[in-house]
Amino acid sequence: MTPLPFLLLETVAHPLAGTAAGWMWLLPVLPLIGFVLNGGLALASAFHAGPADPSAAPHGHTEGDAHAGHDAGHDHHAPVRHRYAAVSSIIGPAVLIAAFGLAVSMWMAMRGAGELTTPFVQRYFSWMPVGALNIDFAFQLDQLSMVMVLVITGVGALIHVFSVGYMREDPGYPRYFAYLNLFVAFMLVLVLGASYPVLFIGWEGVGLCSYLLIGFWFSEKANADAGKKAFIVNRIGDFGFLLAMFLLWANLKSLDFVGVQAAATSLAVGGPLVTAICLFFFLGCTGKSAQIPLYIWLPDAMAGPTPVSALIHAATMVTAGVYLIARSSFLFAMAPVAGLTVATVGALTALFAATIGLKQWDIKKVLAYSTVSQLGFMFIAVGVGAYAVGIFHLVTHAFFKALLFLGSGSVIYVMHAAYHHTGNHDDAQDMRNMGGMRAFMPVTWALMWIATLAIAGIPLFAGFFSKDAILGAVLERAEHSTLADASLLGIPGHVLLLGVYVVGLGTALLTAIYMTRMMLYTFHGPNRTGDAERTHFAEAPWIMTGPLVVLGILSAVGGWLNVPELLRAVGPAGVLQKWLEPVTGAATAAVGEAGPMAPGTEWMLIAIAVAVAASGMLFAFVRLKPAALVPKAKAEPATGFANVLEHKYYVDEIYDRAIVTPVYEGSRVVLWTAVDKGVIDGLFVNGAALFARALGWVGSKLQTGQTGEYAWALAFGALAVLGALILR
Amino acid sequence: MTHGLLFQFHFYLFGLLAIAGSLLFVTRKSPVAAALWLVNVMFCISAMFVMLDAQFIGAIQVLVYAGAIMVVFIFVVMLLNLGHPAEVQDLRSNGTRITAGLVGLAMLAEVLVLSRVKLPVELPAPTPGANVTASVADVLFHQYLLPFELTSVLLLAAIVGAVVLAKRRS
Amino acid sequence: MVPEALFFSAVLFVIGVVGVLTRRNAILIFMCVELMLNAVNLSFVAFSRLHGVGGQVFVIFVMTVAAAEAAVGLAIIISIFRHHESVDLRNVNLLKG
Repeated sequence: MTPLPFLLLETVAHPLAGTAAGWMWLLPVLPLIGFVLNGGLALASAFHAGPADPSAAPHGHTEGDAHAGHDAGHDHHAPVRHRYAAVSSIIGPAVLIAAFGLAVSMWMAMRGAGELTTPFVQRYFSWMPVGALNIDFAFQLDQLSMVMVLVITGVGALIHVFSVGYMREDPGYPRYFAYLNLFVAFMLVLVLGASYPVLFIGWEGVGLCSYLLIGFWFSEKANADAGKKAFIVNRIGDFGFLLAMFLLWANLKSLDFVGVQAAATSLAVGGPLVTAICLFFFLGCTGKSAQIPLYIWLPDAMAGPTPVSALIHAATMVTAGVYLIARSSFLFAMAPVAGLTVATVGALTALFAATIGLKQWDIKKVLAYSTVSQLGFMFIAVGVGAYAVGIFHLVTHAFFKALLFLGSGSVIYVMHAAYHHTGNHDDAQDMRNMGGMRAFMPVTWALMWIATLAIAGIPLFAGFFSKDAILGAVLERAEHSTLADASLLGIPGHVLLLGVYVVGLGTALLTAIYMTRMMLYTFHGPNRTGDAERTHFAEAPWIMTGPLVVLGILSAVGGWLNVPELLRAVGPAGVLQKWLEPVTGAATAAVGEAGPMAPGTEWMLIAIAVAVAASGMLFAFVRLKPAALVPKAKAEPATGFANVLEHKYYVDEIYDRAIVTPVYEGSRVVLWTAVDKGVIDGLFVNGAALFARALGWVGSKLQTGQTGEYAWALAFGALAVLGALILR
Repeated sequence: MTHGLLFQFHFYLFGLLAIAGSLLFVTRKSPVAAALWLVNVMFCISAMFVMLDAQFIGAIQVLVYAGAIMVVFIFVVMLLNLGHPAEVQDLRSNGTRITAGLVGLAMLAEVLVLSRVKLPVELPAPTPGANVTASVADVLFHQYLLPFELTSVLLLAAIVGAVVLAKRRS
Repeated sequence: MVPEALFFSAVLFVIGVVGVLTRRNAILIFMCVELMLNAVNLSFVAFSRLHGVGGQVFVIFVMTVAAAEAAVGLAIIISIFRHHESVDLRNVNLLKG
């Protein structure tokens, strides 16, 4: 195989060969081009001529100065837009829209190609030929990656357009778009990768971009710390991913998806090896997709710009873990214990995060914990073997969560602008400083409500179908499946799955409550911002509200992607499930499900779910009084359990005490003081110098000038030479 | 070739005399006494040369070494008026002497270990009345002519050097 | 004869070394060096018994060089004596580094 870099190496015969699908390599390349161009603009504008140059030192903000997170307002003149803002505004979204267009044409090609049972693989170049291991850089297109690509490019394009408005006055404008484009490029590599290593490139790359974007306003230390935290915690998960890859290679001698699927049949079902592989992969997922124990970076990641939170921490990057499990469905189907673990952890995370979300005051933090919670739902789904349902929830979640984040971004934008005008330094993101925004931002208000209804699971909105499908899948498998027959830590599977169901319901209730709470405190009731700021309130510009409208429509109708059999009167049933059948169908069947549930049971489940959602919302409407709130500056600290929730169960503090501080101290005492300073610096570096000096000192002591002593030296030398001759 | 017992006895005698003389030589305080003991050693060595069938060299040894070089040494000793042993603290401390002795013993041991090789067969002795000088001269002036010439140049340089070095500054 | 001669040669050489190490008078050290040269001459002559007359020729050269060396060396010692009024070797230490 002669490697021809950047040219097509080999395409297996496939119905899709020669169609638009053959251009799939262009998908990540387009945003990569955007990255290069925007990055070039950012670098060009960051170049400062010397002090003698009269054009240097412009008035206004320069890149990376103390224009910190969400409280600017240290000067009162109109902010200056970046020099190349107009160019970046074109390039950034344009490459994404082009990528989306390409994705749509690829999808049409797939639809036109009829029944596709094997993935379409294109190999580009031989990346790592090492002995028996031969990793090619290859992309694969099948139904699953098509869905992901559409979501990434579609929602990504909308968010790019939104960012044009949101970040318009930021001094780091081209840099922002450069990083955002790079992120999309890596994410596309992740979902298009044909083997675990190529997937891992994307995995790591999105982690990198997450770091860059979270710490976008790095001149404020808290933001930089949040970026570091995200990257480091992700890294812990990556370690699990790597271990799983090593185990795969060691035992199956294959790392590409097609090869592993074929070789996996040789593994013992339910055996320790396949369980270990799956659990290690799941460790990677807990890092990337923010599950217990590695979710801690996601709330801190809200330090980044809001569109970043929408794209990365709601729609795409955090879903990479779910995608990984769906992609490895054939492995997870063989390890019921791993499946139980995934489902249990997902359920616990969902509940845990939902309780914290009840008491958060920062609007973005509420949404962050909501994301963690909803990711838990997705993991419940893929854990019990309903992979298509998990992907379905991924898609609908992308719609309404992106909408929620962008909507809150609009609100923050308006608050920010108002504070800027009056020179106020209050927190523009705290809900206690908002209130009654409905009057000022009616379009945003309406769209956010659509998203809230979707996430709460109110019928016919997107979230209802996906959440119901998940809970239904859990119940089904609680009776008939390999999971029900297995047991985790001594607890039988069917008991555990029933528990998961109950927890899922509880979480749905809490979701409804805290989301309604968020809407009440932000948009309803009296406004608490202040009279001076209120005069500056207005609806966000259309460049920001436009994408919100699109997402609102999707949140409303997105559920039609996978209408359950029972409700086929509403629309075509199981479209997404049928679409993903060639990829995940076999695995789903392997986990086991009975035939369709009795209609009576199904109707009852739907009724329970709706009742839970509705009662949650009602509870929030009745119990929560937005009028009773005071602005953040005057608010009293919380007490009792509410305080624990507000402080997120002190998990960060516990981690700090239990893990971070010992590691830090241990490193400082052992690694730095003893090893680095003592052994390496002291023994090797300084020691070598001392040794040389000692040798020199000895040499100088020998040069006495006394001939008699030189004669002694001669005698000893002769002795030594004779001795050497003897010993030779 | 085996020699008679008497011959061997005399060889050992001269060897032991040489050793005894050299031991006395290195331990005398007086330079003149030491020089004279060295002359004695040279005589014994000369005898050993003759008994090893190097008669010419034996003669040369007496003439040149004992007769000329040692004379120069004694001459210089007298010239510098170093003859009085009481004034010259020549020998080193006891510790130094013991250490030197140990070094010497070590070196002797090493040399003896190294010289435990199989020696080739001796050449036949020259017939009585053969011209030993001629055999030496033959090799010296044919095979080793160049070193011979160079050595004479060396001697010339030494002479000139000695004269220059020892000249009084005027 | 030859092994005995070699043995005597070794012993004489070593005695010469000991002498060099123990004495402080420059002239006497010189004479010990002469003793070492003599021992080597004995060794050469003993080997000439085995390998031919070349050994004796070399002895001639050794003697010649020893003579030259003695001349020059003694001249040096005389110069030193003129400077220090003594031939103690401890005075000769200008090479001290």
